[in-house]
Amino acid sequence: MLFRAFVVAGLVVAASQAHAEEAPAAKIAPAVSKVDFAREVSAILAEHCVGCHGPATAEGGFNLTEHSKATLALESGARGIVPGKPEASELVRRITSHDADERMPPAKDHKPLKPAEIETLKLWIAQGAQYDMHWSFRPLTRPAVPQVKYPAAMRNPLDAFVLSKLDARGITPSPEADPYTLIKRLHFDLMGLLPPVEEADEFARLYRAADQLADPAARAREKERLYRALVDKLLASPHFGERWGRHWLDMARYADSDGYEKDRPRPDAYVYRDWVIQAFNADMPFDQFTVEQLAGDLLPDAGPNQRIATAFNRQTLTNEEGGVDQEEFRVNAVFDRTDTVGSVWLGLTVGCAKCHNHKYDPISQQEYYQLFAFFNGADEVSVKLPVGATDPIALAKRLSPLEDALDARRRELFPEEQKWEAAERARLESTPNIPIKVEEIEVLSLTAQSGAKFAKQKDGSYLYESAQSEKDKSGEIDTYSLVLQSSLPEITGFRLEALADSSLPKKGAGRSSSGNFVITRLSAAIVDEAGKKLRPLDLQRATADFEQQNFKAADVLAATANLKKGWAVSPKVDANHHLQVRTKIPLKLAPHERVELTIEQLYGTRHTLGRFRIRALTGDANELNLPAEVVTALKQYPEKRIAVTQQTLFDYYVGQDPQVKELQAKIEAAHREFKVTVMPVRTIATARKNRKTHRFDRGDFLSPQEEVQPNGPAILPTLASAGQGRNRLDLSRWLVSPQNPLTPRVVANQFWSRLFGAGLVRTTGDFGLRGDMPSHPELLDWLAVEFREGALDAQPSRPWSIKAFLKTLVTSATYRQASTHRPELFELDPQNTLLYRQNRLRVEGEVVRDLALGASGLLATKIGGPSVFPPMPADLAKLSYANSFSWTDSVGENRYRRGMYTFFKRTIPHPTLMTFDCPDANVSCINRTVSNTPLQALTLLNNETFAETAQAMAKRLVSQSGPSDEERLADCIRTCLVRPAKSDEIDRLSNLLDKAREHYKNDPEGAEKLIGRHTVAAVPNRETAAWTATLRVLLNLDEFITRE
Amino acid sequence: MNHSHKRAQRLDAHDLAVEQAQASTRRHFLGQAGYGLGMAALGGLLAGEGQAREGAATDEAETPAFTNPLAPRPSHFPGKAKACIFIFLEGAPSQIDLYDPKPKLNELNGKPLPESLTKNVRFAFIKKESAVLLGSKRKFTRHGECGMEFSDLMPRIATCADDILMVRSMHTDQFNHHPAQLSLLAGRPFFGLPTVGSWLTYGLGSVSQDLPGYVVLSAGRGTSGGASLWSSGFLPSMYAGVMFRNQGDPVLNLANPAGLPKELQREALDVARDLNTERFREIHDPEIASRIASYELAFRMQSAAPDLIDLSDETQETIDAYGLNRKDPDIKASRGGGPGQYRQFATNCLLARRMVERGVRFVSLFHASWDHHSNLDVELPANCGMADQPVAALLKDLKQRGLLDETLVVFAGEFGRTPLGENRPGTGGVTGRDHHPSAFSLWMAGGGVKGGLTYGATDEIGWSITEKPVHINDFHATLLQLFGMNHLKLTHRHQGLDARLTGIAGKVVKEWLA
Repeated sequence: MLFRAFVVAGLVVAASQAHAEEAPAAKIAPAVSKVDFAREVSAILAEHCVGCHGPATAEGGFNLTEHSKATLALESGARGIVPGKPEASELVRRITSHDADERMPPAKDHKPLKPAEIETLKLWIAQGAQYDMHWSFRPLTRPAVPQVKYPAAMRNPLDAFVLSKLDARGITPSPEADPYTLIKRLHFDLMGLLPPVEEADEFARLYRAADQLADPAARAREKERLYRALVDKLLASPHFGERWGRHWLDMARYADSDGYEKDRPRPDAYVYRDWVIQAFNADMPFDQFTVEQLAGDLLPDAGPNQRIATAFNRQTLTNEEGGVDQEEFRVNAVFDRTDTVGSVWLGLTVGCAKCHNHKYDPISQQEYYQLFAFFNGADEVSVKLPVGATDPIALAKRLSPLEDALDARRRELFPEEQKWEAAERARLESTPNIPIKVEEIEVLSLTAQSGAKFAKQKDGSYLYESAQSEKDKSGEIDTYSLVLQSSLPEITGFRLEALADSSLPKKGAGRSSSGNFVITRLSAAIVDEAGKKLRPLDLQRATADFEQQNFKAADVLAATANLKKGWAVSPKVDANHHLQVRTKIPLKLAPHERVELTIEQLYGTRHTLGRFRIRALTGDANELNLPAEVVTALKQYPEKRIAVTQQTLFDYYVGQDPQVKELQAKIEAAHREFKVTVMPVRTIATARKNRKTHRFDRGDFLSPQEEVQPNGPAILPTLASAGQGRNRLDLSRWLVSPQNPLTPRVVANQFWSRLFGAGLVRTTGDFGLRGDMPSHPELLDWLAVEFREGALDAQPSRPWSIKAFLKTLVTSATYRQASTHRPELFELDPQNTLLYRQNRLRVEGEVVRDLALGASGLLATKIGGPSVFPPMPADLAKLSYANSFSWTDSVGENRYRRGMYTFFKRTIPHPTLMTFDCPDANVSCINRTVSNTPLQALTLLNNETFAETAQAMAKRLVSQSGPSDEERLADCIRTCLVRPAKSDEIDRLSNLLDKAREHYKNDPEGAEKLIGRHTVAAVPNRETAAWTATLRVLLNLDEFITRE
Repeated sequence: MNHSHKRAQRLDAHDLAVEQAQASTRRHFLGQAGYGLGMAALGGLLAGEGQAREGAATDEAETPAFTNPLAPRPSHFPGKAKACIFIFLEGAPSQIDLYDPKPKLNELNGKPLPESLTKNVRFAFIKKESAVLLGSKRKFTRHGECGMEFSDLMPRIATCADDILMVRSMHTDQFNHHPAQLSLLAGRPFFGLPTVGSWLTYGLGSVSQDLPGYVVLSAGRGTSGGASLWSSGFLPSMYAGVMFRNQGDPVLNLANPAGLPKELQREALDVARDLNTERFREIHDPEIASRIASYELAFRMQSAAPDLIDLSDETQETIDAYGLNRKDPDIKASRGGGPGQYRQFATNCLLARRMVERGVRFVSLFHASWDHHSNLDVELPANCGMADQPVAALLKDLKQRGLLDETLVVFAGEFGRTPLGENRPGTGGVTGRDHHPSAFSLWMAGGGVKGGLTYGATDEIGWSITEKPVHINDFHATLLQLFGMNHLKLTHRHQGLDARLTGIAGKVVKEWLA
């Protein structure tokens, strides 16, 4: 009696599990002869008994998860199970006892066993209490395809498994859906986009024509040909990778920000997202897809793409909250990586074994930490990777040995770096740092290359003598040289003050007509009394009180002059400004030594200084030999440095090493040669620290227990190692090895659930004892083998090909069925577990938006690239931590990109996505819930984006002259709903159109507002508005956001 | 005013037999035996709600059936609380300066803490070696018949002492903000878990038929936890908190597109409903019926939410009592909540009362930030100045309207603050307190808690709990108990476990129940 269950898809689970008495499943006829442990007994034990009498607790000494343990003597002396003798088994005595104190399970907080369940247990013990291995752990072999009554209903062997079950209950499958539904379904499932009207019409026309063929065999052949051609075309579309990549990104908990309090943006995150899209589009075999993401960095000849792939495990959150012990959050991230691999590939809730042995599944706490150990040895690193290489393979070949050598050298330097870090930190903490001071410095001479003359002012500044220069063309650019002398004991920097003067243009400090100036470059040297150069003087850390946009103080220290850059001060030209540079080490001038300061001003159009002064800086010398970001990092407690901060220190230190410098130069040369864009991307790589893994008592990182080595769980086939000890590469290969039965079952089931709305195992992320049994076990195994070994009918067979596998699924008759509900079967199988029809599915949040934009013609179909910022109310972004985030709406094409490219900020995700059940990306999401709420209705009715799509649709319609209202409405219905319009639909909408016209006749202001920027010059606004008000109805139809 | 009470369909989600019996008496079936079982009728839902329905071809017998998933459901056993207003002080206020006076701490001001106490303790910012105790500058006095102690920063809330249950012996496992916030609001420091409000609306539904069952209001700057603090976690997203906004529409997308009058919105909805109904007749998918109903709810929300935030029907007395027209004080604060927070916080308190009146199940009031690592003696008074008057007014207002008995008000931060002064390296002077998860205070009022009770105790400097420790999970177990829910039975199957708010822990604190 599972009637409530279908009120709302999401509530199916809610209602049945929170409150219902019975487990949801199709009724399966009870066995009369041999009890099947896996199907009948294990579910009862898992549900009612194992919580207390499992491997973790074994209350009363009774562990009934294994035959050998369940038959042992208990603490009481009795035996829980005596095979063959239910009457002698304590278990039977206790579950049938009338004494409330003895009765199992205890009435308090436990559901009672049903009489039928008690009989099953008795019968099972009577038959010897045999334990079979849990179904999902059993070896995977290709099952025989069953016989069916009407083979003509089959399209491929998959259907036989479904039909044989339907046959057994005397149920006929649903007929094939009509061609419009088929093409819509395939477009939605494979691309997440609407089919163009013409293509839908053409497909339907040909399909129906084929139906008219007299010869049944020819009829079937032709329809098959048409259907398969469509499937092939869609699988080849680059939008396929977007659609299926997005499913994968749910599981990868992909986002564009760090999460937690600070939730900083991750500008490089999209590189991994694009890698996923490309992998799907290229049909990367799933085994390779697995290995590259979990261990791409360890592959021999790993190239940039393999390193980018490892960012799968870098999608974990980063907590930069002040005062956080970073080891705790590093461990948390490793927990997350372990748990995610457990659920995505193995379908096991391994995370339950973090604190104690798994309550239900055969995974001990020690085994959890063995799995954890694989990831504990890997850290997040930022690597400068070439993105968008034209010949990535050749590039990878060139880079691989260099990167290996660089990696090896860096590792060698690690111990020294650690010592240096500690020593520098101690130095900074212990030595008092004298605050910075600005001092006078004597200018012995000032020479301008142009010959320009300056007059020294009372305050020590120099003012350009303007009268002389008016005709002086050589003054367009200039270089000033100053010779400075000082008796200060120690100089740590210089300040160049640009002083506004009323005699200069715009009362600024510069000589250009705008009053501005550009300091292109600033350099210094030590010279003797005669002006002979003794040595260069290194300068660093240029800062200014104010910087013009794109004219930064830091530019003045570039190694060579860039004429388009430098320090400038527009628009604040009429004020005093200053630029400070620091020496690399404190400067102690000998009596005969002078400083020569060179100020290059090469921008042109007289952007040179008109009045300025030079002063010396003293103090703040402790940190001078270190870049500012290194000082900041050093000042943090080591345990509170996040990975990036640690890397800043490490990179700085090893960057001084000649070998490292040489290798980096070679790598950069390769980058230049292949003309790639280089960007820092955060990925995963083997940790520099040789970290040991311990079991943590109760999962607490502060309570390490015995050491554990990386390994797989004992219940699964042995995890072999290629070298000494096991590493991530071994683990990833083991996951997709022919011996591992779980990965192909779990992943095939995930793919199935995307196309049918539910998995054959409904608990897609849990194939353990408490997960659901597969509704079609043989089918699942057949599919898993088909996936792993390559589709039987594909020539050549393509093992682990996702596209080939999806093709098998979507070309089945089961997939092609109509989804019309069949009330007469409702009582028997309310959830359609038997697959007597297809399921109607509401599309995901991203796709809801894609469809609306697509229907209106606004959608930008560009694939990949940095994430975008479609409109969002500004006050929402402000809710982020300490108002630290602002959302600037994208303009142009980026406003209309597909939903999956929306910048995903974990603490403030885009509301339209969240309203339609997008996962929050904090943890891996195997399948989304689907809800149906008033907030969704409000979004589709009123949200800016959806309102604009109605405007754009109206604009397109009214721009065409000629067609009647009815024809226009029919056209729009076909665009939005794919199928042809029905006359009553047109009538109903015409009626609304008339009412809207009536209204806007008298409301010109309202009309103008409603149509926004989508006005049509030749058409009165009231007409466009009436159409806008009418067409928005189509976006609000259930059919519009549903696959069929 | 509260017509939703009358209309509420008491769908019994806990007892399928009752449901079936009820369903069979309803008129609006689809004709196919069994198919409409368990669904209340959309027609019934629409009937008598006073909306203009002319021109809508509503034939009730043909209207698809529907159950509102948020319809009220009975509790496990009778409970006093029907609604909760959860005032969350993000950042964690100092219990030592508000509720838990420590004269001994003042005596020891400037002295180091014995090493035995700090040995295994982690700090966020404090440098252990040189940390010293920091006394409180506050004056404490006793209030009410019960003699409950409050500092001078909460003079008005103190006048409600006899309605307040003060808990001085709270502890949590987390000492960083976001994880601790997740613990306080979702039971454990992990992502992906439902928050308290989600559990309650999942278990009990919501009486309000035209407002969300779980509403979030925020004043001041954003919270560190963001959307995870009102997430429905693994529960369906219909149980997530709905953020009400402080500017623009109270709910996102509430207003019609510019230039679209209400009549045309209604017309459009009627057309959409008719076309959806037609589709339903072909396909028979009940999800379509749900969609139709969700549009009707949305339409009602379009008038109900603006009504809710329109305070013109409140008396000047009420406005003044809550302090809606107060201005922010002019103080130098590094972590202030931003301009207008006094007004916004007061408004949120009043809105919370209006929501509870309208049958909203759970109202979360967020305010950041109470994270006084420094400048404690300036910023804590400023924050209390903001909260004291409106919160006291809320308690009195609820009481006067007879709503306090069934409305649980919680006033809490995610942990407490240490008796040690914070000597964070690199900052001058000691003017604040670091995080302290091992002993802190929170208070509750109404909803069936015992007023006037001060529960639990800490040692003489407030370092550790000496009496009746209460873990976050116990607090949650008791909170559910007040609503008539057994925390062991309010479960949802997730990852093979019957997951619950209290994880694998939680004990009801019986002494808290009135």
